[in-house]
Amino acid sequence: MGKTLLKKVWDLHTVRPLSTGQTQLFIGLHLIHEVTTPQAFDMLRARGIGVAFPERTFGTTDHIIPTLDQTRPFQDTLAEAMLSALERNCAEYNIPLWNLDSENQGIVHVIGPELGLTQPGMTIACGDSHTSTHGALGAVAFGIGTSQVRDVLASQSLAFEPLKVRRIAVNGTLGNGVFAKDVILEIIHRLGVQGGVGHAYEYGGTAVDAMSIEERLTMCNMSIAGGARVGYVNPDQTTFDYLRGRRFAPQGDAFDRAVSWWRSIASDADADYDDVVEIAAAEIEPRVTWGINPGQSVGVSERIPATGDAGTNGAVAEALDFMGLVGGAPIMGTRIDVAFVGSCTNSRLSDLREAARIAKGRRVASHVKALVVPGSRAVLAAAEREGLDQVFREAGFEWRGAGCSRCLAMNPDRLEGNQLCASSSNRNFKGRQGSPTGRTLLMSPAMVAAAALAGEVVDVRDAL
Amino acid sequence: MSSREIDRIDGSALPLRGDNIDTDRIIPARFLKAITFEGLGDHVFEDDRAAMADHPFSNPAYRQARIILTNANFVSGSSREHAPQALNRWGIHACVGESFSEIFRGNSLAIGLPCVTMSAADMGPLMDLVERAPDTSLTLSLSDRTVTVDGQRISIAVDAAVRDAFLAGTWDATGLLLDDFEVVRGVASRVPYIRGF
Repeated sequence: MGKTLLKKVWDLHTVRPLSTGQTQLFIGLHLIHEVTTPQAFDMLRARGIGVAFPERTFGTTDHIIPTLDQTRPFQDTLAEAMLSALERNCAEYNIPLWNLDSENQGIVHVIGPELGLTQPGMTIACGDSHTSTHGALGAVAFGIGTSQVRDVLASQSLAFEPLKVRRIAVNGTLGNGVFAKDVILEIIHRLGVQGGVGHAYEYGGTAVDAMSIEERLTMCNMSIAGGARVGYVNPDQTTFDYLRGRRFAPQGDAFDRAVSWWRSIASDADADYDDVVEIAAAEIEPRVTWGINPGQSVGVSERIPATGDAGTNGAVAEALDFMGLVGGAPIMGTRIDVAFVGSCTNSRLSDLREAARIAKGRRVASHVKALVVPGSRAVLAAAEREGLDQVFREAGFEWRGAGCSRCLAMNPDRLEGNQLCASSSNRNFKGRQGSPTGRTLLMSPAMVAAAALAGEVVDVRDAL
Repeated sequence: MSSREIDRIDGSALPLRGDNIDTDRIIPARFLKAITFEGLGDHVFEDDRAAMADHPFSNPAYRQARIILTNANFVSGSSREHAPQALNRWGIHACVGESFSEIFRGNSLAIGLPCVTMSAADMGPLMDLVERAPDTSLTLSLSDRTVTVDGQRISIAVDAAVRDAFLAGTWDATGLLLDDFEVVRGVASRVPYIRGF
């Protein structure tokens, strides 16, 4: 039997088996931001430990960044304190930081791939659950907590229990208006929000093979929403073409030598999987969440589940009650108050292009507040070169600076009251977008744009 | 560097019903705007408590609880260590649930907060009992893999490696990871993307 990418990367990075039965794994790339690291650096200082490999850690700022007025000091003194702490810590320990004055600033999971920092065969860690995103390039990437950030800083390694590998093969062709976001929402719906616990998800099949890197980033991003801490796609020609010429990618002849190694770490054709799930791409519709976890979604042509439907339990009643939605009603036609295109799931250039294609020459409904937040400075600049900012502005969307913004609303971009937001982000938890009673419908960026124009949930396929 | 050995946790319990309770409910993102973990215990489940007058975390009968009883997939969502920190700072010293998310379990391990699983068949009656008699005292024993209540021993499951880490006091991994740092350097020198292509 052959080996999976996970097994090959795991073996290569094994420092040693620990007496606890866990494995100590070397972490090749560590990414940090302002929210989950200040306490980690303080713990290092309290213990008198330094940073082992400062050249393997890179910082940026994303979660708390205001998207309108970025004048320092920020009006929000807590946000200012967090960014100041990151600046102090990076300066003290010689860690590169792409701050607000850098053209490389952006959401940590957008800039890693964009700069070519993220590469096949790497182990990556970051204090954010969406670190699974980086698996789109064939890396094994772990979301970690603050004490583990401390441990990576101290030792460039972490202790992990072994993971099983579930291959999820999506075969066939996606319909027009159906995107990577819909595929991952379908997967989470089928396998459940807990289905991936203890597993790495390997995404493959002809539909994934045909995806761009940005689409694969969207898929891998939401692995954790299905309970899988790690999600990846085997590196292929699409991966190599994406990485060629990027700032931190190998250059010249070294790039070709890297490609041969990258090919060698992909899962073998006869790799041994713990589980295989097959999904027919043609069956997938644009999807919309109706509940309070990312598994609670329906196809846009379907009805919201009702309390008492087969297979439901108290969770449906609780979700419907919070969402103020009626069980058994069509999801289509649900009136929205806010539209948000952005987040580490869907804020890359191709996402903005798809949303702009829908918005071009039309107007956001008068009762909807619509916001587009590019994932990075580089995405923002590229979109402006193409005139996408103009398309959005003319349609009545606000065009903002790069950051995490309304995905979790640690900046001023919060929902108010029980506003209902059509969102291209990744979590529809109660209160996620900054108002305790605020409500979220997750969908693709094109579906968000279509909802913004109509003022309600519509089928984007009718707008194409 | 070794941490505290953890085996027995004695005390009353707080039952928190519901599957898939997420990080954003335990500690909403606005409370992450701080550079320390201090004070997080005051905000545990703040929005849920505001929305639900009889929330267990607002019930004085559970204020002394040291063990939380939960259903499936506790706590899903974000990697924020603020979630176990908030529970721990409120007074919770162990989580007994039907199942846990991976990141939450790892973060809890790293701060010395055991997460152990109990079957749904055992959890239901235990929650009922604690709701009827909130001052019931429980004993969680990691070495015995049991929760004892009213003289009855209920089996729990805990990953062997994790259990050993608590019993040996090696759950704070920093010391362990730095034990043989030359081996870490060795891996760095053999990994192609660091060595150079």
